[in-house]
Amino acid sequence: MLKQKHYIALGAVTLATLLLLSLPPSAASRLKLAIGSWFLPLFGLAGTVQQLPGAAADTLLPRRELLRQLEALRRENDQLRAQAAQAGAIAQENEQFRVLFGWQRQIPWKLKLANVVMRDPANWWHTVQIDLGTRDGVRENLPVLTTEGLVGRVSSASYTHAQVVLISDPNCKVSAIVENPARDMGIISPGGPLDNSFVELSYLSGNATLRAGQNVISSGLGGVFPKGIPIGQIVDARPVEFGLYTEARVKLAVNLGSLEQVWVWFP
Amino acid sequence: MFDVPHSMNFLQTILILAAAFLAVFGEATLGGVRQWLSAQVDLLPALMVYAALNTDIVTVSVLAVFGGLWFDTLSANPPGVSILPLFAVGYVIWLQRELILRELPFAQVVLGAIASAVAPVLSVLVLLTLGQQPLLGWGSLWQWLVMTAGGAVATPVIFVLFDWCHHALGYQPPSEPSFRPDREIRRDRKI
Repeated sequence: MLKQKHYIALGAVTLATLLLLSLPPSAASRLKLAIGSWFLPLFGLAGTVQQLPGAAADTLLPRRELLRQLEALRRENDQLRAQAAQAGAIAQENEQFRVLFGWQRQIPWKLKLANVVMRDPANWWHTVQIDLGTRDGVRENLPVLTTEGLVGRVSSASYTHAQVVLISDPNCKVSAIVENPARDMGIISPGGPLDNSFVELSYLSGNATLRAGQNVISSGLGGVFPKGIPIGQIVDARPVEFGLYTEARVKLAVNLGSLEQVWVWFP
Repeated sequence: MFDVPHSMNFLQTILILAAAFLAVFGEATLGGVRQWLSAQVDLLPALMVYAALNTDIVTVSVLAVFGGLWFDTLSANPPGVSILPLFAVGYVIWLQRELILRELPFAQVVLGAIASAVAPVLSVLVLLTLGQQPLLGWGSLWQWLVMTAGGAVATPVIFVLFDWCHHALGYQPPSEPSFRPDREIRRDRKI
C-alpha cells in the first residue's frame, strides 16, 4: 500500500508538471498572474514595513537640516526653471524648422513613476516587479527607464503589478547606436550572470571605429524602445568571428543592482 | 517523533507550506545576500529535506507543487519548471529516509548541501530542454556554490525551527506518573 502511495504521488506530480509545462503562453501567463496575486497582502505589508524607518527618520530630522534642504531645492528649482525657459525657446525654434522642412512632429514622452517591489528569486534571470499594472495602463513591451538611462521592458502585467525584464537579461534585446561619426549599430545582449553592470554590444560591423567612453543609445529600431535613450558607454571592443564583426563591452548607465524607482514610458 | 498523529501531520504540512510561501517571498524581496554575494540562496530544497525526512509523501508532493509554482510565479521561469526538481530531491530522500541519521546536524548539513546543489541544476536542465535561454556563464558556478552553501547552512536551522514549532504547537501526550496505588508498600508493624 505504501509503495502504491508513493508511485501515485510520483505519477500525479509528473502529470501536473507536464500539464503546466504544456500550457500555451497566454494560459501560463494568466496562471502566473493568478498565483502571483496570492502575494499581494505580503507586498502591502512589506511596503508598510519599508516606510516605517523613513517615517521615523522624518520625525527625527532637525529643523536646521530641513531648512538647508529647502534652500538647496529652491536653488535647484531656479536653475531648472532657467533651463526649461531655454529649452522652451529651443523647442519653439525646432518646431519652426520642422514646419519649414516638413518633418514629422516628435511625440513628447509620457512617463509614470513606479517602485521596484521585488527581484527575480532565480539567479538565471534578471527581472524585477514594479507596482504599476494594467489598472495604470501598463501593458507588455512598454520601455522602462530611469533618469540615467534604459532599464528594460515590461514582459507581463497583472492588475496591480508588472514584471520588467532588465536589459542584462537574455530575453531583452535592444538595438543600439554608438554615438560616433560612423553611427555604428549593434544589438545589446547580456554580459554575465554575476555582474549586471556590463552588457555586450554585438553584431557591430567589422570595421567599426570604437573608442572607450563613447555613448551608446537606443536606435529606435524594433518598435519597442524609442530612439535616443542612453544605455551606457563603450569600455572596450574586440573583433570576433575572424574579424567578421566587432563586439564591445558596454558599462550600463543605470545601476541595475540598486533599482528602487523607475519610469514606465507610454507612447 | 515520526509516528505522529494525523492531525499533527496536517498541521506540519500547513506549517511547511507557510514556510515555503514566506521563503519564496523573502527570496524575492530581501536582497542582502544577493547584493553581497551576487547570488540568491534558495530555501525550498532545504525545506524539502525537512519535509522528506519528517513527513509523508503527500506533504513532499504538495510542497514540490506549491513551492515550485510560487517560485516560478515570482521568477521569469515558465510555470512548472521548479516542481519536478524539487520533487526529485524530496522523493529520493524520502525513499532513503530510514537509512539517514536525520537527528545529526552533520547529516542535515550534507543533505541540505546536496539538495540545494541538485535542485537548481535540474531546473536549468528543464529550462534548456524547454528551449529557454537562461543567463549562464562561469559566474553561474559561483552562484551554484553560494546556493549549495546557503542550503547547507539553512537546513539545520529549519530542523531546529520546525522541531520547536512541533513542541510548541503539537499534541504532547501527558506523561504517566510513576505512582501506582496497587504497588504501594505498606510499612506497618504487626503487633
